[in-house]
Amino acid sequence: MATEKRVVFRSAWLPWVLLAPQVGVIAVFFFWPAGQALLQSFQQSDAFGSYTEWVGLENFHRLFSDPTYLASFKTTALFSVLVAGLGIAISLLLAVFADRVVRGTTIYRTLLIWPYAVAPAVAGVLWLFMFAPSIGIVSHTLRSFGVEWNHLLNSGQAMALIVAAAVWKQISYNFLFFLAGLQSIPKSLVEAAAIDGARPWRRFWTIQFPLLSPTTFFLFVINIVYAFFDTFAIVDASTQGGPGKDTAILVYKVYYDGFKAMDLGGSAAQSVVLMVIVIALTVVQFRFVEKKVNY
Amino acid sequence: MVEHRPTLGLLAHAVLILGVLVVAFPLYVTFVASTQTAEQIVQAPMPLLPGSHLVDNYLAALNGTAMGVASSAPVGRMMAVSLVSALVIAIGKIAISLLSAFAIVYFRFPLRNVVFWAIFITLMLPVEVRIGPTYEVVAGLGLLNSYAGLTVPLIASATATFLFRQFFLTVPDELVEAARIDGAGPMRFFLDVLLPLSVTSMAALFVIQFIYGWNQYLWPLLVTTDESMYPVVIGIKRMISGGDAATDWNIVMATAMLAMIPPALVVLLMQKWFVKGLVDTEK
Repeated sequence: MATEKRVVFRSAWLPWVLLAPQVGVIAVFFFWPAGQALLQSFQQSDAFGSYTEWVGLENFHRLFSDPTYLASFKTTALFSVLVAGLGIAISLLLAVFADRVVRGTTIYRTLLIWPYAVAPAVAGVLWLFMFAPSIGIVSHTLRSFGVEWNHLLNSGQAMALIVAAAVWKQISYNFLFFLAGLQSIPKSLVEAAAIDGARPWRRFWTIQFPLLSPTTFFLFVINIVYAFFDTFAIVDASTQGGPGKDTAILVYKVYYDGFKAMDLGGSAAQSVVLMVIVIALTVVQFRFVEKKVNY
Repeated sequence: MVEHRPTLGLLAHAVLILGVLVVAFPLYVTFVASTQTAEQIVQAPMPLLPGSHLVDNYLAALNGTAMGVASSAPVGRMMAVSLVSALVIAIGKIAISLLSAFAIVYFRFPLRNVVFWAIFITLMLPVEVRIGPTYEVVAGLGLLNSYAGLTVPLIASATATFLFRQFFLTVPDELVEAARIDGAGPMRFFLDVLLPLSVTSMAALFVIQFIYGWNQYLWPLLVTTDESMYPVVIGIKRMISGGDAATDWNIVMATAMLAMIPPALVVLLMQKWFVKGLVDTEK
């Protein structure tokens, strides 16, 4: 497809008028604050903003020698790998079966896509309610099986709770992409393998799964981004980073340090680290998209 | 279907039904809890069949007349705030992205590529990586606790701009030439030719952006301190800050149901455009 128009309109001022709203918003609310975050990450100021001094890389140095920050990195890594891995596995399983059934694919799709519409914060509240230690229906059932559930004390259980809520919300998204990917695999390939005697299990691993690998990789990146940045509300609504700091993912920590603990320099340095992570993830995603076009 | 395997067909339906049930279970529990009294819920285990207090609970939530909730602002008001914000964000994003894509595709002007890349880079600057300074800007402009503060900073959209750009590039050049011969200027061409052609893309984007706007959490949490400007998603969170037993869970769950209904309706009713939009915007 062409990336340029052959025929264009001529005007020196009209394009700028048309671009003004978008450029205004991104200048004031994106680039200016991002620049400020960069500046502040090299500065130190007191809580009242009465003095500011340049401290060079000290904020970053302090950040990376802070054990709670390093622990937050580990928490985020574990959380995002669990969310991406479980979310992709469950959705793939459902999509493969939904692609296989003769009748009802659309009904199953309708019944599986609605959690996409649920706000992350609401998802957090729903799962918190089911697992509330004293009144939750699931924690009560678990207790009758001898499992003492209390995510306010047990950090493994707190992690399981936010992973479950995050995966639950993301299944619909992954499912739609896998289903679209499966439906675009030519039926003739699968039929040819069947005639050669390959059973469904084998056909899945030798034909469908390899042909889905671009979709799987794309979803992996998207799910990692989701777990990093869109799950703040789930954490804030269900565990508030607790117990202790055991579920405080990076974004939660930026918010907490900047707005609750009022450590502006430290929070700005964390913002800059997050920016580097987003840039890296976006580059990975777009390089992959270009490859897919050639493929 | 490649071959006839009844057992595998049954297994497929069994797995899918199990999946649907597990996915729906939290919703069912929420609905049941929203029809009972606070006392019924607190005596574990709560009943698993709907109770008789559906109307009472939803009215209490909507009017904010429940006792003992940490924050008892009327949910009706919060729903209105959410609806206005979500509509402004969705329509605003579509409008300014249409205009920018039109400028970038149909005009040649200095710095065109710079502007294009500037819009692209905003993809890498989500609110989460610049919360402190963005909050300062909005506070400095006096936009805290206002609709403008809730919506305008979220209204720029790289994805929508790209989607419209891609679409405009597929529109045949003959249409521009024909419009020119008929004496139409750029804005007439935009309004009479491009806009009607873009309706499907606009519908698809609307679904996604409406849900994005309705479900915002971190940003409203920062810019709203006044109960009358809470979107419903924030309102729910404020209601549960009292701890397990002190919370009126029946009212919270009624509010959760109310908060889920509008975006869920948009997704289910506009499912065709939603699926298309989701797959297209990520390409």
